[in-house]
Formats: sequence, structure tokens, C-alpha cells
Amino acid sequence: MIESLQSWDWYLDGWIVGVGILCATACALLGNFLVLRKMSMMGDAISHAVLPGLAVAFLLTESRTSVPMFLGAAIVGVLTALFTEWIRGFGKVDEGASMGVVFTTLFAIGLVLIVRAADYVDLDPGCVLYGAMEFTPLDTVEVAGFVVPRVAVTLGVVLLVNIAFVAIFYKELKISSFDPELATTMGINAGLMHYLLMTLVAVTAVASFEAVGNILVVAVLIVPPAAAYMLTDRLSIMIALSLVIAAVSALLGHVSAIAGPALFGYGSVGTAGMIAVAAGFLFVLAVLLGPRHGVISKLVHHVSLSMRIAAEDVLAMLYRIEELAVGEQRSVVPAHLDAAMQLATPRRRLLVGHLVHRGLVDREGGRLILTDRGRDRARNLVRSHRLWETYLLRYTRLRPDHVHFSAERLEHSTDHELQAALNAHTDSPHIDPHGRPIPPRISERD
Amino acid sequence: MSNPTALQNGPRQSAVSPAHHPAGKEHSPDAPLSIHDMTVAYHRKPVLWDVDLDLPERSLIGVIGPNGAGKSTLIKAAMDLVPKASGRVRVYGLPYRKNRKRVAYVPQRESVDWDFPVTALDVVAMGRYRRIGWCVPVTKKHREAAREALDRVGIADLADRQISQLSGGQQQRTFLARALVQDADLYLMDEPFAAVDAATEKAIVKILKDLKADGKTALVIHHDLQSVEDYFDYVVLMNMRIIAHGPTSAVFTEDNLRKTYGGKLTLLADAAEAMRRVQARS
Repeated sequence: MIESLQSWDWYLDGWIVGVGILCATACALLGNFLVLRKMSMMGDAISHAVLPGLAVAFLLTESRTSVPMFLGAAIVGVLTALFTEWIRGFGKVDEGASMGVVFTTLFAIGLVLIVRAADYVDLDPGCVLYGAMEFTPLDTVEVAGFVVPRVAVTLGVVLLVNIAFVAIFYKELKISSFDPELATTMGINAGLMHYLLMTLVAVTAVASFEAVGNILVVAVLIVPPAAAYMLTDRLSIMIALSLVIAAVSALLGHVSAIAGPALFGYGSVGTAGMIAVAAGFLFVLAVLLGPRHGVISKLVHHVSLSMRIAAEDVLAMLYRIEELAVGEQRSVVPAHLDAAMQLATPRRRLLVGHLVHRGLVDREGGRLILTDRGRDRARNLVRSHRLWETYLLRYTRLRPDHVHFSAERLEHSTDHELQAALNAHTDSPHIDPHGRPIPPRISERD
Repeated sequence: MSNPTALQNGPRQSAVSPAHHPAGKEHSPDAPLSIHDMTVAYHRKPVLWDVDLDLPERSLIGVIGPNGAGKSTLIKAAMDLVPKASGRVRVYGLPYRKNRKRVAYVPQRESVDWDFPVTALDVVAMGRYRRIGWCVPVTKKHREAAREALDRVGIADLADRQISQLSGGQQQRTFLARALVQDADLYLMDEPFAAVDAATEKAIVKILKDLKADGKTALVIHHDLQSVEDYFDYVVLMNMRIIAHGPTSAVFTEDNLRKTYGGKLTLLADAAEAMRRVQARS
């Protein structure tokens, strides 16, 4: 891997990464609002549908100058959004279907035109579809005395335009994405914001063709914002994170395009493709590690919750055994719990260890006994349990031998307030339906 | 599209109105909301038919009707959120579009995506966007106003929570705060009491009474027939067209409820209960 990276050329590779970063951030910035409006596929549709706009611009001007290209793209971009609306309205089909009709048709027309145009204009369909990132540093212009790849200049300008758009219309984008009806009643034209956004998506897509090609534009448009969405619940942070993820994808994409295949003995692979793969990889990481929506945090939360419930069940069991105990013998042989609670021995060891660690249970010569704190906690659990049994029997049609299982689940999520309410609803009983005493409320010591 | 300033009101009106009264019925100049001959159709099926409505000032108005009666459409059409087939809407004597700032809208809670990455305070601050103006960021002054509104609905401590972390009642209060912060005179509320806890219901009722005391008017779509008489001093009974409207004591009668709900009334236990109460009163 190191060997293959030794061929790193600061001018060539530096600019490839630079172009990648400009392209990915320009796209990701707008992508945030597509993701939040649940219009991610609109990005895909527009990036494909601008093709005929480009082709017509080529055919009319027979040159690759930027202005007609962007004009053609912008017009077709807005048309895509309009057609999608119309077909949805007239055809009474859902937005996805109507988008599918519009963009595939436009894309196909674009392909036909481009193949035709390619015969006599310097235009390569492959380049439009897959991009030609590796060659971008070779086509340069001079800006203020510096030799800069032409694509970098275009993408730089587009990125600045996008930044300005989001900065100036931040508030308007936010309200028309969150609640377009409210925006309308506020005199903020949500429709206008929609078409402005679509125009910029189209322009950005065209600027990105040479870097990543129009098939992969959607990867940098949608994947970084979608990953950022997993990581935060603040819009401004989401936007910032999406830019970081986009930039890291570009860097990671190019480095792995050079180095990755060499590990397996292949030559290098396309940077554009690897940028999309890197973005996908970062997205998977975000899905796993996201603080609130992430798989791992949910798993941890789930495990710690079931651990707490199981530990509380052990506490309550120890309390019930104490209740039944005759004389001074209140401690319990740990192994007896296994049978009584149908616990596997390793799991019981884990739970008991946890309770001892928390100071709720003591070990006394190989036997277990509740500490004072543990007893208070257990007493409140049992109190909740028996109040629930009383309540359920009184207010539901559950049979007396069925209320135990419901109460068993409810006791773990019953806080002080709910317990007091239960007590009031059941007229402060002292005895539960099974004839056992309901212990009085204890304020727990910490 | 409708043109609020146009004089002709569609064929029905011009056929009925004699030439000496070309504009049809006059809008009462002080009415918070005045709707004339409004018809709304969706895919060629009428949803609202010939709605004529003048709301009294300084009142709490309940809009009652079965599902599909066009209650939400009434509000949305009045605010140009859905296109009208015909009709004129005036707000305090001016076409709606010229008097938008005097109207605040509380949509149904399900109308937005609560996973959107914004805080309760952000959402309430959106109520100030018109006042703030295009392209100008939200300043501290407006954030303070939003915080005060959250305080008024009793959830100031939740200002910085992401909105999916709020309970249903708290989300409804957030929407209410967003309307309050607009400092409007007419409040159009789409089922603010739907699926909220008792404490929230109480808080909303209190706010409604305060609004009325401040000389404002609220039009509230409401489903619970039991509480109509307690909450509203004026009711609009509708089922695609207006069945009756007027002071609650005069209009909220068994006869009118039967006309509004038709055969469905017997199916609704609470409607039957409300009728029983109406009977007991008379």
C-alpha cells in the first residue's frame, strides 16, 4: 500500500483530490435539503435528466463553453421538476412513478443526442456518464497567475454559489423544507424555493459531470447528508457534518483508488467510483455509530435496559424470599435463584455481580443478602407490583391468575409519581389480591 | 385560481343577485373572517359547497362536523393553501393576501415531519419569519419572543429539545406557541385538541380564553362534542356545506347536530351523549 502511494504526485493527485472535494461538498451542501424534503430521488432524476439540456447546448453552439451548458442544464432541471409535478397531478400516480417516467425519458433522449453529437463534436458519452476525474488536472486554465484545472474553477464557482444560496436563504430553506404550508402563509413562496433549489441541483450536477460523471452525482449529493442526518439532530450541524463527510469521502476515495487495488495485486481503479464507495462506507459507519438513531447505541440501550430489568427481578425475588423467611435465616444461596427464576448460571452470576457492585446486595459467607439500600429498592418494586395487581384486577377484566405477568412488566417502568397515582386509584390498599401485604412507600437512600 | 378582488361570484350569485346589487352580499367590514360563495373541488368532486360565513369578532368559534366534512379544507382554502373553484375571502375587511399578517395558522400535528433536525425553539421562531423578512437571519430579539411564547404554553424548559423528543401534547403546544408568536388577530386551528393529554387540553383552553380576552378571534376545528359548549361561544356546523352557524346556545341543537351528522350520529356514542346534554339543557 505504501509502495503504491509513493507514486503520489502532489500536482496530479493533489488536484484530483481537490476536484473531488470541491465536487463532493458542492453537491452535499444542496443534498441536505433534498434528504430533509424526502426528495433524494429528485437529485437522481435531475442529474440524469439534464443530459438532453447539455446535448442541445452542444449541438446548438458546437462548443464546450460553460455558459450554454449551464443554461441548458438549468432549464431542463426546472422542467424535470415541473414535468414530475404535472404527471403526478394529471396521471394521478405517485411522485416516484412520475419521476421515473420523466427522468428516464429525458435521459434516453439525452443519450441519443449525445451519441449523435459525438460524431462531430468533441464530446465523449463515457466521460459524461462515468466522469474522467484522473484527467481533470491536465485541462488547465490560468487564474491570477496560477495554473489551475478548468474543472476546479467551475466547481469552485458552483460551490461558492451554493454556499451563498444556503447562507442567504438558510431560514427560507429551513421553513419551506419543514412546513411548506406555514411558509406559504408567511408569504415565503415555498414553490419558488423549490425551483431555485432544483435549478442549483441541475447546475451542480452539470459541473460535476467531468469529476464523477452523472451516474455517481447522486452518491455525493445524497449519501453524505444522509450520513450526517444519522449523527445529529441540529440542521446547522448536519450541514457542517455533511461537508466534512463529503470531503473525507473524496480524499479516502482517491487514496483507496490508488492504494486499495494494489493490495490485491490489481492496477488502480477509478477515483469517482471509489469516492462513492467511500461515502457509502462512511454512511454505514454513521448508521452503526449514530448517537441516537445508530444501531450500536440502540443495542447498548436495549442491553442495558434488559439488564436493569433482570437485576430488578433478582432484587424483588430476594425481597420475597425474605418475606417468607422464618427466623433469622434471610440470606439466600445464589444457586437457588437459578431454579427459582429460571436463570442460566452465568447470567445469574453477571446479575448478582452487578447488584453487589452497585451496593444493593451483600455476600455473606457464600450467601446473598439485601443491603438496606437494596431492600428499599426491592420494597418499592414489590409495592408497585402489588399495586398494579390490585389496579388491574379492579379496572380490567384480567383474571386474578393473569395479573401477575402484566404487573411484572409494568413494575419496572413505574416511577414515584405513577405509583402515587396507582395508590390513589386503588384507595391505598394494604393487601394485594393474593393476600400479601403491600409494603409502604419508602424514599430510597442513595 | 381565485381573484379576491373580482366582482363576479360565479353563475349562481349573478343569477340570483339583481342588477342593483352587483357585488352580492357585502362583506361585513369588521368580520375577522368573511367567506362568500366559496366552493372547493378536488378531482372534480366538490369538497366544500357554497360556503357563506361571517365570523364574529372577539369570539371562540368551534367548527364541528363529521370526518370528510371539509373542515380542514375550509381553513386551507381560506388561506389559499388549496385552490378555490370560486369564492371570496376577506380578513378584517381586506383580501386575505393583503392581510396575511393578521392570521396565524395551527396545522394538524401530522402535517410535518417531527424527525426534522430542529429544536422546539427553532419551530416557534418560524412564526416570526414574516416579521424578520427575507434573507435576514433570526436575531436574539426574535429568539427571546419565541422563548416567551414557549413559556406561555408551559414548556419553556423544553426549548432546546429536538422536536421528536417531545410528547404529542408538547408538540401541539409548540405549534400553538408558533402561532402566538405571530401576534395575529385571527387564529385558525386545525384540531389542536386531537390526541393531547388532559394537561395540554387545559393549557390550550386557557390560551384560547386569554386570546379572546385580548380581543382576538380563534376558529378551532373540534371533534369532541362533549366540550363544545364549555369551550366555544360560537359554532359552525358543517358537512360539505354550512348547516348552521351562530351562538352556541342557539345553534348547537339536537336538530342541527342530526342534520350535520346525518345517519352517522347514532353510531357516535359521544354525539348521542352530547345530544342528551343538549336535550337536558332545553
